[in-house]
Amino acid sequence: MPANDEVVLSLRDLSKKFGSGCDYCRGTDAELQKNMCPECHTVYAVRNASLDLYKGEILGIVGESGSGKSTLMKTLYFDQEATGGEYILPGDASIEGNACDVSSQKKRQIRNEQLGMVYQNPLQGLKMDFSSVTNIAEKLIASGNRNVGQMTDRADHFLEKVNIALSRKYEAPKNFSGGMQQRVQIAKALSNYPPILLLDEVTTGLDLSVQADVLELIKEIQRDMGVSMIVVSHDLAIIRMLCDRTIVMLDGRVIEHGITDQILEDPQHKYTQQLVYSIL
Amino acid sequence: MSQNFAFLDEHSKKEIRRKTLKAIAIPGYQVPFASRELPIARGWGTGGLQLTLSLVGREDILKVIDQGSDESVNAVNIRNLIQSTTGVKETIHTSEASLIQSRHRIPEVPLKPFQILVLQVPMPEPLRTVEVSERKTKMLHGDKEYSGAFIKLFEQIMKYGHITDDADYPVMVNDRYVMAPSPIPRFDNPKMNYNEGLILLGAGREKKIHAVPPYTKVESLAFEDYPFEVEQFEDKVCRESGLTGVYMDELQDEKTGETYYLTNDTSYMLEKLNEEAVNNAGK
Amino acid sequence: MGYVAVKGGAHAINNSVILYKNRRLEDGADIDVENIKTNMRQLINQVMSEASFYDRDIAALAIKQAEGNMEEAVFLMRAHRSTLPRLYYSTVTDTREMFVERRVSASFKDIPGGQILGATSDFTHRLLDDSLKELADGPRESVDCKEIPFNYDLDKLPKVIDYLEEEGLFVREPENNDEPDDITKKAIEYPSTRSQRLQALTRGQTGAVTSLGYAEIRGYGIASHPNIGECRVGQQPVHVDLDDDYGEYFIGDYEVTEIDGFMPDLDEDDSDAGEKDLMIKIGYGLVFGQNETKAIAMSVLDYSLEHPEPGVATSDDEFVLYHIDSVESTGFISHLKLPHYVTFQSKLDRMRQGKEERQ
Repeated sequence: MPANDEVVLSLRDLSKKFGSGCDYCRGTDAELQKNMCPECHTVYAVRNASLDLYKGEILGIVGESGSGKSTLMKTLYFDQEATGGEYILPGDASIEGNACDVSSQKKRQIRNEQLGMVYQNPLQGLKMDFSSVTNIAEKLIASGNRNVGQMTDRADHFLEKVNIALSRKYEAPKNFSGGMQQRVQIAKALSNYPPILLLDEVTTGLDLSVQADVLELIKEIQRDMGVSMIVVSHDLAIIRMLCDRTIVMLDGRVIEHGITDQILEDPQHKYTQQLVYSIL
Repeated sequence: MSQNFAFLDEHSKKEIRRKTLKAIAIPGYQVPFASRELPIARGWGTGGLQLTLSLVGREDILKVIDQGSDESVNAVNIRNLIQSTTGVKETIHTSEASLIQSRHRIPEVPLKPFQILVLQVPMPEPLRTVEVSERKTKMLHGDKEYSGAFIKLFEQIMKYGHITDDADYPVMVNDRYVMAPSPIPRFDNPKMNYNEGLILLGAGREKKIHAVPPYTKVESLAFEDYPFEVEQFEDKVCRESGLTGVYMDELQDEKTGETYYLTNDTSYMLEKLNEEAVNNAGK
Repeated sequence: MGYVAVKGGAHAINNSVILYKNRRLEDGADIDVENIKTNMRQLINQVMSEASFYDRDIAALAIKQAEGNMEEAVFLMRAHRSTLPRLYYSTVTDTREMFVERRVSASFKDIPGGQILGATSDFTHRLLDDSLKELADGPRESVDCKEIPFNYDLDKLPKVIDYLEEEGLFVREPENNDEPDDITKKAIEYPSTRSQRLQALTRGQTGAVTSLGYAEIRGYGIASHPNIGECRVGQQPVHVDLDDDYGEYFIGDYEVTEIDGFMPDLDEDDSDAGEKDLMIKIGYGLVFGQNETKAIAMSVLDYSLEHPEPGVATSDDEFVLYHIDSVESTGFISHLKLPHYVTFQSKLDRMRQGKEERQ
């Protein structure tokens, strides 16, 4: 059970489709070819996803590529606009109702102050040519900080936290290894002490030993800072190690959710069973 | 071939004036306009010139400056064109002019109410160096999302220990729009703040008009602990006039090889020299 | 007597202008504008096209005044254009009514109405011709030809795309009857519309349009080779409607080059649906005068801008349209030689600031 029953993020029937849809697929339970409408070829990347994220927990989202988990993350961070459903952030009183409906200006503010994002590809999350300090200061500047000294102090703090030598703080991430780039991204995501952190396949493509470092860091952040996190991965081992609860996605839908151990020990859905047994 | 008064046809002037009014109504906002080709090359002041030509009337008294000088070749060239198509009176004295077109300087004499200063703008988009796409910068202005402009300055501090932007230093207008003030030196930025005249900025090639109406707040971007700094001429004295506290040209004496300084705003220097001459004669 | 301003600048630039104007006549005889108009046809075509101003007499005058400098001639015409009010817009004109003087298809050998080679430099050998040193009184050779029966009118020739359409290989875009934008009356705002793009491309500098079109097909964009479905050169009739009781008025013909560039494309309706049909899509080029290379490059860029690919510069409307205008690019590049003393002083101040801080 979650340690705390305070909900910090909640989705109800969130959807993201690519295409305009037709009479056939707009029906509630129309049969799709995987996630595509056979009539009009509209792709339903995320279909009526509902979930709650509790304070301080790590929620895992697992599924194969094309299951919609990365698209879901992008809509949460407003990189893409949801096409339907509700996105509620109860922690921010300044948002009235559905966060999908607020102005683009407000969305930027939510991104800067309520959320932190770590992308699979550091290119998406970092300005590769700017110094690491500047990358970390970016969210602080965006939320209105105009004090250089304060911001460099904050950057130093988080660079130390993610184990990057301060002697390299003026270097640009393009000179760094993949694992270091991910750690700069994490430092940047944390820079504003956001209540919610989104992590999208953050260890994919890293060496195993580096993976372990980054995972350890994520655990530590949860422990020390009490940040709530959503972790997307196709790797059940990572989900098992990090996540308190897990949801399983297939073809844009949430097909199963529950406590991670329960899902891994006793999967209910046929697809989850395949997924779990294939790695045993 | 015979020409219209102030070169442009009246339909064009009207359209430019409408866009100018819009720019005044939204201080610091870049209003797109259908920039016309003029007999002077794009990039040589056609934005400012179109503003001047659309505004100039027979009663106006005109001053044109470039690099602080009424006699710079480009100023002369622009003034000749306006003169030959309008026949308006000209002056070198800032306080006498009703319409002043300038490149790279705001005169040292403060503007008065009802004076119009037209500045020539090469690159109207202050965010262009951080975002190349026009449709994206337009959205950033819409959202008042200016972190890019500050990140650029922050990175300069990280790299060089201080801000390195020199002329055309970005300003925040009326607490809403970040604006490129045209390549005036930082020394001139504070002159825009709550100034009494109307400042219009025209970019012909980029097809934008923006404006700082009278009595508008204009603030140069900076950080609390890295404040905005103007060019330093504190210990410099104009060799000709003895003036201090003005923007200076740095020159070399060909004979002695020594560096010396002259007041950049030449008409202001002339006025000061004449005042002094009158005073001396009176003594 | 007080101090007075030095009046050096006015005198200097006045003399500079006289020096420049005199040079033309120092070493030889003056040239008649009429001679330029009749002899320099290709230059006039390019100048009119880039100036977006169809007037052979004014183009010839501009070329004389510019001493043959393309950019200057275009600039002169554009500046003159700014003084002219736009009184009317022409009504829709259909290039099926073009009086065709030349028409070739690179896609089909036999096209209804046939290939009409017409006048072209394509097959001239580029060997300098000494005989041109002598002035000629008229054409030196006459065309050798005989009359053959021809079932078409030259102003009603069918188009090659008609054939493809019958085959179902080309699907006509739904007719778009939006009022076209006029980029000389309203600045382009991005994302641009097709009418804005076509206007900007047809006004584009011939060299710039050609270079970007070349880059697009050489590998930086669609790395494929378009087929010229039809290249037409001819006289296009123009009408205006004054809203009086007399209907449309014919105001004249103008010479144009029109290109239908065939670009193989996947049928968009079947996106992601597994099997796709290869379809022909059209890239369109139309320029004043005979200027086939520019028109072809325009058709390539029209296509690439209509079907943008992420990361491809030649399909980014801002990249292409902001940089192909002759007056804008030459103006900005040449302005760099204007005095920048004030801004350079500001830069020096920053450089010294850095030095002082380090010391």
